[in-house]
Amino acid sequence: MSEEQPNLNYVKELAGGDQSFEQKFLGIIKSEFPVEKQTYIDCLAKEDYNATAEIVHKLKHKFNILGLQKGYRLAVGFEEQLKYGNSKLKDDFLRILITIENYILNI
Amino acid sequence: MKCIIVDDEATARAVVAKFCEDSPEISVEEDFSNAIDAIKFLNKQEVDVVFLDIHMPGFTGFDFVETLKNPPKIVLITSDKDLALQAYEYEAIVDYLVKPLTKDRFIKCLNKVKTAIQNQAIIENASSTNNTLGLGELFINIDHRLIKLKFNEILVIQALGDYINIKTEKTEYKVHNTLKKIKEKLPTDIFLQIHRSYIINFTKIIDIEDNSVLIDKNVVPISRSNKPKLMQHLNLLK
Repeated sequence: MSEEQPNLNYVKELAGGDQSFEQKFLGIIKSEFPVEKQTYIDCLAKEDYNATAEIVHKLKHKFNILGLQKGYRLAVGFEEQLKYGNSKLKDDFLRILITIENYILNI
Repeated sequence: MKCIIVDDEATARAVVAKFCEDSPEISVEEDFSNAIDAIKFLNKQEVDVVFLDIHMPGFTGFDFVETLKNPPKIVLITSDKDLALQAYEYEAIVDYLVKPLTKDRFIKCLNKVKTAIQNQAIIENASSTNNTLGLGELFINIDHRLIKLKFNEILVIQALGDYINIKTEKTEYKVHNTLKKIKEKLPTDIFLQIHRSYIINFTKIIDIEDNSVLIDKNVVPISRSNKPKLMQHLNLLK
């Protein structure tokens, strides 16, 4: 099954044709996402599941912004599971992060 | 209207700022990535509304609301749909937006904020101190129309979530406000809160039975703790 791919539909709708806003907004995503991804990796490595849940909560908004609806649903479930110390979905979640990382490198 | 945006996520702040920029009726004074800096700002400067994220490290949106003595109108912004009920326990919170925000929903939110600000001003300016057996009136805002209600026509006011339902002899009105706020503006010589969710015009009581009163066709519960207070207001033949 092919992996869900990010898109800029929401960003374009938000910008409403305002190119400078669109570029500025994508710039924010490009600078904020790698930091959040690294924070996620660090928190998970420390097995600090509450902190991991916090950063997953934050990252899931980016999934929404980039039109990753299945990814968003997975993140919602993962965030809940982390609160109970369950990190079973970590590989699926990381795959989505890598998909986003690759995508934003090329926009 | 002046606002500030408080969210630890830069993308979220940018979305709200963009919607504000597109709405001529609101201007962003400042945006903050943490609640503490926002509180410091609000200690020096007044705004009409705060767009506030609930999930922030160390200091949540709810902590923020509780910290402010006289909070402006608050619009919560979150990815969690299930915190809405908790949100409406706070008087200052007038709306609850779920990420990702959409423009249509944001415009509705601004209308809600405007109405809440207008209602507050009206209630504050109303002739609340007029304790002359129900003479006087109160203006309420319904769909941007100010409607005059004479105190002595009001029968029952019921709290319904973040609204109040005002029943009069002829009709009823649903207003975005709180029981606490309207209570401050009602003359105490005819109105009494007899339950967490009800204020009544006790001059309109038809009968009292056990733990309820009948007013017109409305059966209104009396909480045990408020019953003695109600009995004191009655001209009781013993």
